[in-house]
Amino acid sequence: MPHSDTFHHALVVDDKKCIRCTHCIKACPTEAIRMVNGNIEIREERCVDCGQCMRVCPHNAISIEQDDLAQIENYRYKVVLIPSVFIGQFPQNITENQIYASLLKLGFTHVYEVEQPIEVLKTLVRREIKENRSGLPVISSFCPAVVRLIRIKYPAFTEQIMRVKAPHDLVAHYILDNFSKQGINAEDVGFFYVTPCAAKIAAVKSPIGEKESVINGVVNANHLYNKVMAVVETVEETNVEPLKNELTKEGIQWSLTHGETWWQRAKTISVDGIHNAIRFLERMENDQVSGIDFLELRACDRSCAGGVLLSQNRFLTVERLKERAKRYPSSSIKTEAEGYERFSELEPLCITENIKPRPLLLYGSDMGKALERMERARSIMCHLPGIDCGACGAPTCQALAEDMVNGLAKMSDCIFVQQQWQNDGKITPQKAFGKMENKWGKNRFDPDCTKRGAKDESF
Amino acid sequence: MVKLRYEIEGGNFDLAGTASSQVKKVLKQLNISQLLIKKIVVALYESEVNVVAHAYKGHIEVEIHPERVDMKITDEGPGIPDVESAMKAGFSTASQKVREMGFGAGMGLPNIKKNTDYLKIETVVGKGTTLTMTKKLDYAT
Repeated sequence: MPHSDTFHHALVVDDKKCIRCTHCIKACPTEAIRMVNGNIEIREERCVDCGQCMRVCPHNAISIEQDDLAQIENYRYKVVLIPSVFIGQFPQNITENQIYASLLKLGFTHVYEVEQPIEVLKTLVRREIKENRSGLPVISSFCPAVVRLIRIKYPAFTEQIMRVKAPHDLVAHYILDNFSKQGINAEDVGFFYVTPCAAKIAAVKSPIGEKESVINGVVNANHLYNKVMAVVETVEETNVEPLKNELTKEGIQWSLTHGETWWQRAKTISVDGIHNAIRFLERMENDQVSGIDFLELRACDRSCAGGVLLSQNRFLTVERLKERAKRYPSSSIKTEAEGYERFSELEPLCITENIKPRPLLLYGSDMGKALERMERARSIMCHLPGIDCGACGAPTCQALAEDMVNGLAKMSDCIFVQQQWQNDGKITPQKAFGKMENKWGKNRFDPDCTKRGAKDESF
Repeated sequence: MVKLRYEIEGGNFDLAGTASSQVKKVLKQLNISQLLIKKIVVALYESEVNVVAHAYKGHIEVEIHPERVDMKITDEGPGIPDVESAMKAGFSTASQKVREMGFGAGMGLPNIKKNTDYLKIETVVGKGTTLTMTKKLDYAT
């Protein structure tokens, strides 16, 4: 898939399901969502694909676009790449073997968990810390939502992001290497990655720091979960052990919180949850963090176990994976016994180019004009109530003021200002109501029993 | 020109750094280099901590112009009896209590001087201190 400097976004709003309730607008950590002419709009340059909006939507109106599974038919070798958390979300009574066998039954010819052979990533992470190109801590590149967040809001730290690709790239190259030894042509192989979140899918569609992704299609984890559940009772015991040759303790836990840190000797910190990540980056920016060599930042609470596309409880997923990891060998011991040399060809394939900052300049790049706009926005704030109700279609009064000076909103968007104007006799109630309808859509305020807490909750 | 103003409470180390952090957020919205922002924020942070550690109360006023940032930190406090010594690295009159919290290493004023282009200290013993400083937004640096 081609590389471009624009962000690909996987989050899509269904205007028919959306009831214009502003939950998503207020939950977005980068203030990327607005109500415009009766529809939800996601501002591309601000969205980091963290999926918070999708989590809070009470009407399931936000979804993540995916590729059609039928595309696997275009390839002779149909390889499904699953993150270990995909296994973790199934109930304990369904065995690993059954899950693998179900995926084979669904039409894939090969099933691989992505976190193998993880020793390659461990080696690259250690090297990044040792080389210390741009100051410590080295920041993990694992979570694409965090990488985007840093590029737009903490551009000064962009150079500290490690130039190491994701596990799905690693395993794809590992498989291609194995296949070529068996005489299989790379063009005949189709890789389908099962994503636990919006950010991973967006990262595959517009990869940062590499020309193009080796992945051919992306499927949502919840979609495939349902498909597996539908056939799991009917599958027969299959020998899938050869597909897990390089699966290890470290690999299985890689996408969990501390996955990139627990095996390290260096001084590390692991932070999960996008708001925690933001607070930590703020602290770093204020020079209040020192003596840390490596920083693991993950956008979801409990990291990928809390991915927005995983169906089950994140704590149970973590528990299952921790138990499972106990049954697998340690990557360090295994590699020492079997030799690392056989992976050394994979190393250069798992290194990215430099990641570039993409600072978000609210008021444009011209300093004089920007100062003027900022001053105007601050004056406007004197007239807004500071309640941050979201009824204007912006997440906060401050965001509304910023939109106003950038020509994207009007003073009359504020319902409190409208009340004030009516009270002062400046506009008629009819005119005020008309403005509201412009913003929220005609008939938005007619009685409607299809909503949470009303008579019909069947949406 | 954009004007900002923040109050500082003497003795409240919990909030020390809040004002400089807010100024940082404002500067980041403008097209100012990260390096310049850092210098401005360090200078402001040091002066903010000085007020918290030594004075009863004070305030910060910031003016952002296209070509420079002017800052004025005014406090009601003990004043500085010996400005010349206070400008020396490592010289500190901070109490044991303040040092235990990780402040008062005697780097405050030297650090402010190092990170700004202009610094004026006006102080009256027993009344208070006013720091006036400027950082040029010179993109050559």
